[in-house]
Amino acid sequence: MLSLRNLHARVGDREILKGLSLEVPAGEVHAIMGPNGAGKSTLSYVLTGRPGYEVTDGEAKLDGVDLLGLEADERAAQGLFLSFQYPLEIPGVPALTFVRTALNAQRKVRGEPEVSAPDFLKRARACAADLKMDFDMLKRPLNVGFSGGEKKRMEIFQMALLAPRFMILDETDSGLDIDALRIVSEGVNALRAPDRAMLVITHYQRLLDHIRPDRVHVLADGRIVASGGPELALELEREGYDKYARAA
Amino acid sequence: MNLGQAIRLRDATLLPSRRDEDWRWTDLRGLLRTIPEPSLALDPESIGPGPFDGVAGEVLVVANGAGPEAVEVEAGGDRTLVLRQVSRGDGAHACRLRIRVGAGARLTLLESHEGGGSGLSLLGVELDLGEGAACERLAVCDLDPDAVAVAELDVRLSPGARFAQTLLTTGSRRQRLETRVSHPGQGAEARLDGAYLLSGRRHADLTSSVRHEGPDGRTDQLARGIVDDQARAVFQGRIVVQEGADGTDARMAHNALILSDRAEVDARPELEIYADDVACAHGATVGALDDEVLFYMRQRGLPEREARILLAASFLGEVLDRVESPAASGRLRDWLAARLGAA
Repeated sequence: MLSLRNLHARVGDREILKGLSLEVPAGEVHAIMGPNGAGKSTLSYVLTGRPGYEVTDGEAKLDGVDLLGLEADERAAQGLFLSFQYPLEIPGVPALTFVRTALNAQRKVRGEPEVSAPDFLKRARACAADLKMDFDMLKRPLNVGFSGGEKKRMEIFQMALLAPRFMILDETDSGLDIDALRIVSEGVNALRAPDRAMLVITHYQRLLDHIRPDRVHVLADGRIVASGGPELALELEREGYDKYARAA
Repeated sequence: MNLGQAIRLRDATLLPSRRDEDWRWTDLRGLLRTIPEPSLALDPESIGPGPFDGVAGEVLVVANGAGPEAVEVEAGGDRTLVLRQVSRGDGAHACRLRIRVGAGARLTLLESHEGGGSGLSLLGVELDLGEGAACERLAVCDLDPDAVAVAELDVRLSPGARFAQTLLTTGSRRQRLETRVSHPGQGAEARLDGAYLLSGRRHADLTSSVRHEGPDGRTDQLARGIVDDQARAVFQGRIVVQEGADGTDARMAHNALILSDRAEVDARPELEIYADDVACAHGATVGALDDEVLFYMRQRGLPEREARILLAASFLGEVLDRVESPAASGRLRDWLAARLGAA
């Protein structure tokens, strides 16, 4: 599904990804762990096409489609979703209006009909109930005045409604208390499917107790330096990143 | 300087110029070497549809400066007036209109400034509000790119009266909308809002001055605008609180977004306070659309253009949220949406 080969990327003059290769097949959840500054967030921005993140070498394909040749919104329409580590506030645009506008923009690119307002509301209500969100909150401007945890929940709410094929979760556990973590994780797990895949970026093992990964990769100094099963996350939790940081 | 006299006497030396402090960013003397010939008569039947067509109310037309000179709303009355100022051609014209709103009466004034050709126009309105009277003025300006247009409104409030306005404009070669309010306090209120959306080489100037002459008056102002290309916006807001005007509550905010390196916003908020016990605040910001927010929106699938329009609509929409007339509010939103889509 997602195939990254020898990806090099820089921000300004600084090279941050230095030959990153990774395969995430459909149906699987892969975790990326690594020390601060290893390039975890850079990877998520490079894949989603954030301006200022320049790919200098390598390739990134989603089901054979070259992501690097597409604009950020075109990648989204291909089914790529990033749950932001720090979701942005959008003053004046109610959350529901925003998600519906985004959904219909994506559907238009894919040649699918618009979702009508009543259909959308019905789906939004169901998603909000699953995530134990107050529906009135969705009528307020997106993320404005929300707590860190509410913003993360709102990311998963958007993800559920947009129903992407490939999801990147960037430090989704930060800012969540233990109950919220469970609810958000259930929301994420509900999106697991044979034709979808996920990349979970996290600094801590904690999230992976709730969202069980099929594979765990260690990212250090811009490269994948180790890969293994879920047990690798436990080892990292026990022993830290020191040995990988040195190896890199 | 006096624009009305300059037009009447066809004397360009009387035009306001950058030497006049209040006009330094909207220089007409430097723009026009001569005053154009007087405008030809314009048949009001020939002017086509206006932005408030279909909203209930009487329609008054000022066609190339010719139109009614006085309007009166009787005490206790409630009227909606559509006032269309339509200009065509390359001539110059000026006109004056007096509107009196009797004690306790209400007037909704739906104003449109249309056309303008490549001429010079001045619309001067005097608005007298009796005790406890209320007037909401909603104006949309769709001027031709070569028009030079000035509209001045002098408002005299009585105790307990309320004046509220929302001005929407896309500017012109040089456009100024000036509002002067004489404010007696004593429960009287003024709201002076505006929004501008400028592109190309257009210019719009929102100037206002409010003079609080008595105690316990309120003034509230929210102006917002977006400038692109080589456009230029001017915001001048002055609130004077005279000695003895205690208990005055005055708030002013002006926020602008600049979308291009070559666009310009000149802002001068001024509070002059000579009374002791007052609550006054002003805030002014000039910034760009936030790139991080734009990326976030695009990541969710919104094309850049749509993301920009959505942000701009919500930014300017907060001005429209304060409009009171339900009948006109939808028209103003449609007007804004159409202009944003075309930008």
